[in-house]
Amino acid sequence: MIAAIGGFVVPHIEYTAILPELILLGVAIIVMTVASLSSRPFPAGLWAGVTAAAGAASLGAAWYMSNQVNSRGPHTTIAGAIAVDGYSEFFLVVLSIAVILGALVADNFLRREGLDGPEFYVLAMVSAAGAMFMSVANDLIVVFLGLETLSIALYVLAGYNARRRESHEAALKYFVLGSFSSAIFLYGVALTYGATGSTNLARIGAFLAGNVLVSNGVLLGGLALLIVGLGFKVAAVPFHSWSPDVYQGSPTPVTGYMAAAAKAAGFAGLLRVLFSAFGLMRADWQPIITVLAAVTLVVGAVLAVVQTDIKRLLAYSSINHAGFVLVGLAAASAAGLSGSLFYLLVYTFMVIGSFGVVTLVGRTGDARHRLDDYRGLARERPIVAAVFALLLLAQAGVPFTTGFLGKFYVIAAAVDARSYPLAILAILSAVVGAFYYLRVVLLMYSDPLPAAGRAEGVALPPGTALVLVLASLFTVAFGLVPGPIVDFAHRATLLF
Amino acid sequence: MIHAAPAILLLPLVGFAVLTFSGRRLGDPAAGWLATAAVAGSFVASVLVFAALVGHDSAHRSVEQVYYRWIPVGGFQVNVGVLLDPLSITMALFVTGVSTLIHLYSISYMKADPQFRKFFVYLNLFVFSMLALVLSNNFLFTFLGWEGVGTCSYLLIAFWFDRDTAASAGKKAFIVNRIGDFGFVIALFLIFSRTGTLDYRGVFSHLGGVSGGWATAVALLLLAGAVGKSAQLPLWVWLPDAMEGPTPVSALIHAATMVTAGVFLMTRASPILHLTPVSLTIIAALGAVTALVAATVACAQDDIKRVLAYSTISQLGYMFLGVGATAYGAATFHMVSHAFFKALLFLAAGSVIHALNNEQDMKRMGGLAKVLPVTAGTFAVAWLAISGIPPFCGFWSKDAILGAAYGKSPILWAIGVVTVLLTAYYMTRLMVLTFTGQARWETARPGGSPTPGHSAERPAGETQGGHGDHAGEPHEGPWIMTVPLIVLAGLSVVGGLLDLPFLNLEFLDHWLDPVVGHQTNLAYQSAGLKVGLLLATLVVALSGIALARGLWWRNWRRPELEPALLANNYYADDFYSRVFTSGGGAMSRFLAAAVDNRVIDGTVNGVAALARGGGTVLRRAQTGYVRNYALGIAAGTVVILGFMLSRAGS
Repeated sequence: MIAAIGGFVVPHIEYTAILPELILLGVAIIVMTVASLSSRPFPAGLWAGVTAAAGAASLGAAWYMSNQVNSRGPHTTIAGAIAVDGYSEFFLVVLSIAVILGALVADNFLRREGLDGPEFYVLAMVSAAGAMFMSVANDLIVVFLGLETLSIALYVLAGYNARRRESHEAALKYFVLGSFSSAIFLYGVALTYGATGSTNLARIGAFLAGNVLVSNGVLLGGLALLIVGLGFKVAAVPFHSWSPDVYQGSPTPVTGYMAAAAKAAGFAGLLRVLFSAFGLMRADWQPIITVLAAVTLVVGAVLAVVQTDIKRLLAYSSINHAGFVLVGLAAASAAGLSGSLFYLLVYTFMVIGSFGVVTLVGRTGDARHRLDDYRGLARERPIVAAVFALLLLAQAGVPFTTGFLGKFYVIAAAVDARSYPLAILAILSAVVGAFYYLRVVLLMYSDPLPAAGRAEGVALPPGTALVLVLASLFTVAFGLVPGPIVDFAHRATLLF
Repeated sequence: MIHAAPAILLLPLVGFAVLTFSGRRLGDPAAGWLATAAVAGSFVASVLVFAALVGHDSAHRSVEQVYYRWIPVGGFQVNVGVLLDPLSITMALFVTGVSTLIHLYSISYMKADPQFRKFFVYLNLFVFSMLALVLSNNFLFTFLGWEGVGTCSYLLIAFWFDRDTAASAGKKAFIVNRIGDFGFVIALFLIFSRTGTLDYRGVFSHLGGVSGGWATAVALLLLAGAVGKSAQLPLWVWLPDAMEGPTPVSALIHAATMVTAGVFLMTRASPILHLTPVSLTIIAALGAVTALVAATVACAQDDIKRVLAYSTISQLGYMFLGVGATAYGAATFHMVSHAFFKALLFLAAGSVIHALNNEQDMKRMGGLAKVLPVTAGTFAVAWLAISGIPPFCGFWSKDAILGAAYGKSPILWAIGVVTVLLTAYYMTRLMVLTFTGQARWETARPGGSPTPGHSAERPAGETQGGHGDHAGEPHEGPWIMTVPLIVLAGLSVVGGLLDLPFLNLEFLDHWLDPVVGHQTNLAYQSAGLKVGLLLATLVVALSGIALARGLWWRNWRRPELEPALLANNYYADDFYSRVFTSGGGAMSRFLAAAVDNRVIDGTVNGVAALARGGGTVLRRAQTGYVRNYALGIAAGTVVILGFMLSRAGS
């Protein structure tokens, strides 16, 4: 209808390319509309079920497109702003999984806290759609739009528990610092555009290949700011300071979802920017990423040791995980990249599963998050304790789990890239990591505190139970037979 | 039917898992039956795979199935799978077959034990580990199975851990085995560094052009592992103490299966052994000396199970002698026939112990043939088999080894023949003391009061009164205890048919030929020599029997024939405990004080303290104020920008 208005050309839109995002956004809008049109209460678990189904549908769509890419090869679409390649489909799969697992964990939590309603799920789906746009983006503007969609929804989710002061505080901190970093990112986009004349990643790459900049200060400054903006999202040190406070204050299921989705999206953007647009400037960004990786590994591991709150402990541990992903990135090789992708996928299961257990142990009020609250859990809930122990050991990198293989692949890539100090640092941080993970495991298997008044037991609702089963099955099964996941991650890096 | 191979391994594993997680729900006898069924199913699967292999022609009787590849990067990959060839399937057949019988027997034997289910959990785990050991297609998983059976052995020796002797015997077995395993691990490193793989096929196809020194080192290090596991000199001291475990465990693990793993490993590694004649000579000599020394000790033991334990060490010595003489077929033949008659001896001894309310001292037995006819009859079959009387299987398998030993060196043969004499002697002594003469068990234990003996089997019925129901006259156990005895007795009679040294009937030798390549055997000697050797050992064995009968018949008090030196195993345990335990204790105290506390703990604690200290300092930055956080981000941005701009434009 409107072919051109004032010189603006409406591009051809290939809807299948953004099908997962469309599914999530569409379901989100339908849910919100239906919920506001009806005054009757809805059956318990309906919205969680719908969200999980939408996640499953987007997973299916992403999987279908992944196979399409395998057979037909990658391409870009919608005026070159969206990339349809193995890499974007990989992240679509990861994010769809995060939505499914996140919704299942949240279901019982929301009812327990008296917060049930469609808004939570709508926000989760919208944020996931934003994260997905970041992963498929082939244009800095689209990256930014995705980033903002993701972030704004997450700010609200962080403050979702209106009755808890910590939740407000978390939302506000996240919002202020997030806006700060978004501004930095946007400034980076502007400088890059100024230097290269385009925001399209492929065109930036082509421009840099075809031209030698006499004065590249603007370009390098832009790259630096882009790294900072995305480094904030993945909570790389020194841009991590928000994450312990926000992880601790947010409702626990939100923390788990945020830890998985925001990190995956941040890395999706970071990898895309660094490899698609600035692949030729590897020599410039590799030292930065290496240093960021080293500092992130060390600070995450060291600060996790002194925590007494499980959510803060897992926050620092996830900073440490980000360090591992950065190790693979710093190798700047196909092996390192596929190692990082493998790590992100397996981390999604481990972290949402872990926060699922934390949600259960937090009990009504979402407040019992001291490490001492984990004493004697094995006696009260042997299976929950066993699953948590498994997920923590996997995060520590115990063999025969996916966690071990993730660490193994990125460290192997670092060794191949001859960055031995980084590899050694990563191994040492894994040693420190074993210390704080095992501390929690030991607490669970020790005697409970005698004085602790145990008014409320740890319940195990079916949704969370399903998540725990999926997370532990995935962690063990693909720890034993990693082939399919390794292939998936490897293909994602081939079809760039 | 070669596809039944995974079931061989999986069934015991499934049994183990089911019993672990829902053993309580199954209840006591059912758990035992389930474990038995799992192992019996595994036996059936082994038979199917065996039949399939027989169907292949002999050059292609080696099938490798790889189930998955773990960590396929960095030049090192582990192919987890099985190597189905005549050797591994022979092992699998007799391991699962004998295990099934012993599982069945245990259902009754362990009936009154409060830890009944745990016993079967361990047994199924043991069978799985043993099968992983023999079926694995690579050294690494053989080693894992090796450690698995070691762990199960430790758990089962110390099964009655509330008894100090059992707990310390378990520890002893574990620690002594570690010494040998250390050699095994180093051998693995050497193999990998030279050939770049641990798969059997890969390793054996990379042996062209390896140095003799490498082969000798690997062979001797593997031998160290085998010596520990198979209780050969000088690491034999753990096996007699291992008799603290329940008798079915002694039969299964410490007689029939696990202790033969060393012989299996040597046979599996035969392509390496062939490159190093000096190692073969060492193996043969070690085996011969062990056979002789252990047999002398067995002559002076009073405890029925300890006689059998030393006898096991002695018979394993024969198998090593066979391996050293490159008679792998003969060694495997003896391994199988030994599994039959030694399992039978232990189970029958268990039946005696069971009937006498946990009495193990032969001096307090006697005259049991009348009250335990089935036990005595089957025991007699095993006695003739181990003594080397035709047509029982022990005669043929032992003579196959001795014939090969003669070909290697007449001295080794002579040592073997002396051992035949001693074997016939101590087994006849055991037979006479236990089953004939006056019944000394009533006089020695008036009123059936609990045995004070240090080595007495734990009164399993003590807590639940399970044995109280036959406090009076000893009698045979139920059918599930006697059927395994009868089956094993049958096998001990006909087991010789596996490998007869004439008329081209040496089936087992031909069967194993494709695996071990060149081997020697009695069958390949000249006819005159062959008959001469057979007759000579037969005469020697008969003399041993006659001698023992003459000395011990109706005369059980003969301390002059039981010198303290032999009764105490040449004081080897005392020697070890003085030299290694005290010396080692002093050294470990030194190391604990000087090295461990300062260097190792210092490092570990240092890292922890550093992490803690660093964390405490760093966490001060985590003020909770947004302005501080924003400042941190800004500072980081400035640093990165500064770095970038320092690289900018020339």
